[in-house]
Amino acid sequence: MRRRTGTAYRFLAPYLLVFTAFWVWPIINSFVLSFQNTRSAPWKFAPAFNWSRLVGDPAFYNALWNTLLILVIQVPIMIALATVMATLLNSPLLKAKGLFRFAFFAPVVVGEVAYSAVFRLMFNLDFGIINKLLGTFGVEAVSWFSNRTAAMALIIMAITWRWAGYNAIIILAGLQSIPEDVYEAATLDRVSKLRQFFFITVPLLRPVIVFCVVLSVIGTMQLFTEPFLITNRGGPGGGTETLGLFLYRQGFTSLNFGYASAVAYTMAGVAVVISLFNMWLGRDPR
Amino acid sequence: MRKKSTARRLRTLALHGFLTPLALVWLFPIWMMVVFSTLPDNGIFSPSIRVIPSTQFFANFANLQHDTNFVRALYVSITVALIFTALSVILTSMAGWALVRYQFAGKTVVVAIILGTLTLPYFAVVIPQFIMVARDFKLANTWIALIVPPLFNSLGVLFMRQSFSMMPPELFDAARVEGVKEWRIFAFVAMPLARPTIAALAIILFLASWNNYLWPLLISSKREMFTAPVALGSLIGLTKVSWGGIMAGAVLLTLPMLVFFVVLQRHFIAGISAGAVK
Repeated sequence: MRRRTGTAYRFLAPYLLVFTAFWVWPIINSFVLSFQNTRSAPWKFAPAFNWSRLVGDPAFYNALWNTLLILVIQVPIMIALATVMATLLNSPLLKAKGLFRFAFFAPVVVGEVAYSAVFRLMFNLDFGIINKLLGTFGVEAVSWFSNRTAAMALIIMAITWRWAGYNAIIILAGLQSIPEDVYEAATLDRVSKLRQFFFITVPLLRPVIVFCVVLSVIGTMQLFTEPFLITNRGGPGGGTETLGLFLYRQGFTSLNFGYASAVAYTMAGVAVVISLFNMWLGRDPR
Repeated sequence: MRKKSTARRLRTLALHGFLTPLALVWLFPIWMMVVFSTLPDNGIFSPSIRVIPSTQFFANFANLQHDTNFVRALYVSITVALIFTALSVILTSMAGWALVRYQFAGKTVVVAIILGTLTLPYFAVVIPQFIMVARDFKLANTWIALIVPPLFNSLGVLFMRQSFSMMPPELFDAARVEGVKEWRIFAFVAMPLARPTIAALAIILFLASWNNYLWPLLISSKREMFTAPVALGSLIGLTKVSWGGIMAGAVLLTLPMLVFFVVLQRHFIAGISAGAVK
């Protein structure tokens, strides 16, 4: 490697320019904004203005609670499902692998708006296919959009459908990097497949699973499109309002940028803390 | 021997018995998207169960075009995604190259900032981005606003850095000894060698831009600068709107990507799993 600062920065300059303007500077600016009163022009420094409001705002706690609830329920379900999908897709016994891969991985390329629209129709109260199918089993129609619990379940199902395959792709790549002879040795020692899964596969996959969990936590913390479009702006009555939606409402509907920035920093803070906690949980015990 | 093969057959049966219904459930929303896009609205909202496609796709598309100018929105989306992908590949390749090829003052800081800020959610930057682009520079509803700010994406830097670091440095040193300029070594030696990585990266970036919703939603308020997801999203929740039309739009957004996915599956998977396994 050659020490050439000038040449290096000539190659770096275009990217660093964009990165600084649209990422580094906004992160700093967001922090500054959270300490400003932006309700009236000119914006003035008012250190406690937004933060004291945040601490006492029940709508904020509602959004935080909803976000954490989705996170705590959805992420483990999805990661477990993705691990099972990846393990089974990796089985040498599986026929028509390409078809199964396509089925589980296809949602990865489906845009949020497109699938939100489909889920809205599928879960429609009177005419949605889900309620019709439930009806054929004698289950009463569920009002997915006006019952808080049902709406939450709908959001969780939707994100799980969209992202399980994505995580399965990552976990599958992790599986394929585990050397075959580990399993051969275990099979020779008459270790059952199920025990092999729990005592060989899962521990060796630990770093990959932690990576998936961290990605999913960051993703779920900023969940926006699904509650915006599927449950109609966080309905019913804020029942699925997430932090992302609350921030959108404060920042871009009420144009209160300072308060929205305080929400943004809270969101980032919670995401970082949960991610660090996961990395600590998933650390190598040796 | 016989006993073993029976057990194997049972296991194969159980495996397929579990995965087949799961795969059908997973395909179901995409199938229903296609079905809805071909049903008239009174077929979508009818008391009977309809899971077989009908013939109304073009009528639905006409309704969609009437509700929002979707052809224009598709044109905006394709243009933005193509230019964004090309620019992002170029900018991040150059940056990745600098990080691999040279030792320079401030290198650790640059790497730390790029990697460190990756863990922060996009929402932490979106408000100042919006204030800067829409209010300070008055660039709302412009091509620049749609294309340039998302270029901060550092995915390419990580990809290309990884790819360049796998190439033998002697290759580049030899070219240098022969008097070839550094930018020519980058453009004509390193970049062609990185083709598979560039393909994977370009696909992921194109898909990200194609499906991007929040930023275009914020920055485009005029219909003629709506991207396809924004145009479609603007119809969801309206009372008098053709749902068959919305579904036709959803199919047009999704189907090309599914075809790409089938044809270029290897690159998609390489792109998605690149960050995790090393």
